[in-house]
Amino acid sequence: MGLFSKNILDRISKRRRDWEGRELAGALAKSPETRKQFTTLSGIEVGGLYTPEDVKDLDFESSIGFPGAYPFTRGAYPTMYRGRPWTRRQIAGFGTARSTNERFRFLLDHGQTGLSTDFDHPTLTGYDSDDELAEGEVGRVGVAIDSIRDMEELFDGVPLDEVGISFTINHPAITMLAMFLGVAETRGVPWEALRGTVQNDSLKEFFGQKTYALPPAPSLKITTDIVEFCTSHVPNWYTVSISGYHTREAGANAVQELAFTIAQGMAYVESAMERGMAVDDFGPRLSYFFGCHNDLFEEVAKFRAARRMWARIMKERYKAKSAESMRMRFHTQTLGSTLVREGPKNNITRGAFQALAAVLGGTQSLHVSGYDEAYDIPSEEAMKVSLATQLVIAHETNVANTVDPLAGSYFVESLTDSVEEAAQEYINTIEGMGDGSMVRGMLNAIESGYIESEIAGTSFEFQNEIESGEYVVVGVNGYREEAEQPEEVFEFDVEEEGRQLARLTEVRRDRSSADVEKALDEIKRKSEADENIFPHVLDAVRASATEGEVMGALRQVYGEYVDPGVF
Amino acid sequence: MTQPEFPIKVVVAKIGLDGHDRGIKIIARSLRDEGMEVVYLGMRLTAEQIAAAAVEEDADVVGISLLSGAHLRLVPKLIDALKSQGLDGQVLLVVGGTIPDQDVEPLKQMGVHGVFTVGTPMASIVSFIKERAVPPR
Repeated sequence: MGLFSKNILDRISKRRRDWEGRELAGALAKSPETRKQFTTLSGIEVGGLYTPEDVKDLDFESSIGFPGAYPFTRGAYPTMYRGRPWTRRQIAGFGTARSTNERFRFLLDHGQTGLSTDFDHPTLTGYDSDDELAEGEVGRVGVAIDSIRDMEELFDGVPLDEVGISFTINHPAITMLAMFLGVAETRGVPWEALRGTVQNDSLKEFFGQKTYALPPAPSLKITTDIVEFCTSHVPNWYTVSISGYHTREAGANAVQELAFTIAQGMAYVESAMERGMAVDDFGPRLSYFFGCHNDLFEEVAKFRAARRMWARIMKERYKAKSAESMRMRFHTQTLGSTLVREGPKNNITRGAFQALAAVLGGTQSLHVSGYDEAYDIPSEEAMKVSLATQLVIAHETNVANTVDPLAGSYFVESLTDSVEEAAQEYINTIEGMGDGSMVRGMLNAIESGYIESEIAGTSFEFQNEIESGEYVVVGVNGYREEAEQPEEVFEFDVEEEGRQLARLTEVRRDRSSADVEKALDEIKRKSEADENIFPHVLDAVRASATEGEVMGALRQVYGEYVDPGVF
Repeated sequence: MTQPEFPIKVVVAKIGLDGHDRGIKIIARSLRDEGMEVVYLGMRLTAEQIAAAAVEEDADVVGISLLSGAHLRLVPKLIDALKSQGLDGQVLLVVGGTIPDQDVEPLKQMGVHGVFTVGTPMASIVSFIKERAVPPR
């Protein structure tokens, strides 16, 4: 049943036509609109005015409803920020574990309520700091973690059972999580008390973040190993942070981000179900991670559509019974790729609007990217501004006083539907590529280069809009400003690599290589037998096997993925 | 403007472990649309692999992209690799990515012909390559 009676709609329709003929026509005769067509950043056409006619088919109960209840369009929880503000979770990581540990403590002291770990490229791609490929990249854009000794140092003095901890790592996620569980063991913290997230989103690596280590199918198998192990042994851990952020950074628009991310989620659900797991056993521990761009209403629509789509998919397609499986929770990061060098202080404004959209969209946690990120990883000063941006929204704007404040806006509801429809078309295409299986569909969509070329096309078009001046980026192609490097930028300590290498040498010297060899052999054997390798990775890291050694063993079994170079 | 008789051949690649490839893909498409012959080698390549490909493809231009901050370490390796392939001074070398201001001049000192930081308009990259990609440089 629609929101308005036919009688009311008829009157509105007549009144609108009158208005178009009189007031609107008169105004246009005097001065035409500034553009022929107005669109969202995803290319969805936006009209000048929305009325009840645009939402005439919308059914309140089945499409909008109530927060914390199916289909969760309004929000994940009934009271949202009235009950608890979103978690302010600025990601951090650089240099050695010691340096990142200091930044963690700084953030906790400045109002941060959760920790999120950024790893360096060698760690993200599964190579040790002393690997030939790691040269110059150790600790550069994240923290270098080679062994359980580094993991111990990373969380020195951080109460593991009080602070939620997130690990932004994918193909080698199994090694990092095993190291973390090992550290909890030594510190006497039971695994049941640990709260946190491991990104573990293997599929988006092939078209989003591009820090893959293994081919698509084996990486999906290991993602599922983590889901299976944690469901039994680390019950409060979020096992996959199904991520659209990196896909967006790779150049996708909001619709593509939503579509591909949900498609990833569906593949993980089907992969776990193929193993015989019950959807309500693991479904509640899946979470999402989105980016947030400048198009405020489209982003809000995307977040609302995402919750509704996921709830419906979990309930209708996978027959979930538990509301926890249907309740999408997500983290948001404002997009680093929207930040510019020309007038870098304006990036603070961009971050604030993007953060506002995330809050209006009902995010559970938030990272605001540093205003200096077009120059380097964020300085301490930039991170303080990012945290303050969140605090100003939380305390001064009053936007969090009510739940889902934009609901019922003719425009936002209509846009929520349009974003959902466009995303669903992509999902249908991918499903078709797998003859109804989202696992096969995603593997085929990745291996054929379909997703990458869709993203590259969008990204190229957007760049052309900037080049032609059709889309104005303030300071860059309009209202030009000189590039101006902020006074304080992050200064990388070049000695860090040496420190990390010395530490790694020490670790290799002090351990029993026989134990390590045995554990690595076991990982290979269990991989060949297609069994869950998590317990064996735990054994290996307890024996101080390094990340690169564990991933090396897996590379021996599964081979490596080579970038097809789609552009 | 008339096209040169033989199109400019450009080899572009991501060097090191960095995965940010939005920029390089846009550049690859733009240069191709400008009539250049573009070979994108993909990601995670070593200096030696890129130099070897430059020889094999008979490149006029070698472009690398990195947003990993490792440019001061990896670019000298690439220059050495190009030298040992006998390409010293034979190719136009351009570098793009997240590069702080203070690193631009040192990169040029090392022998990089053009450094394109975040937000460089495509048109200026295209015209730089068109002007400089024909010997003598």
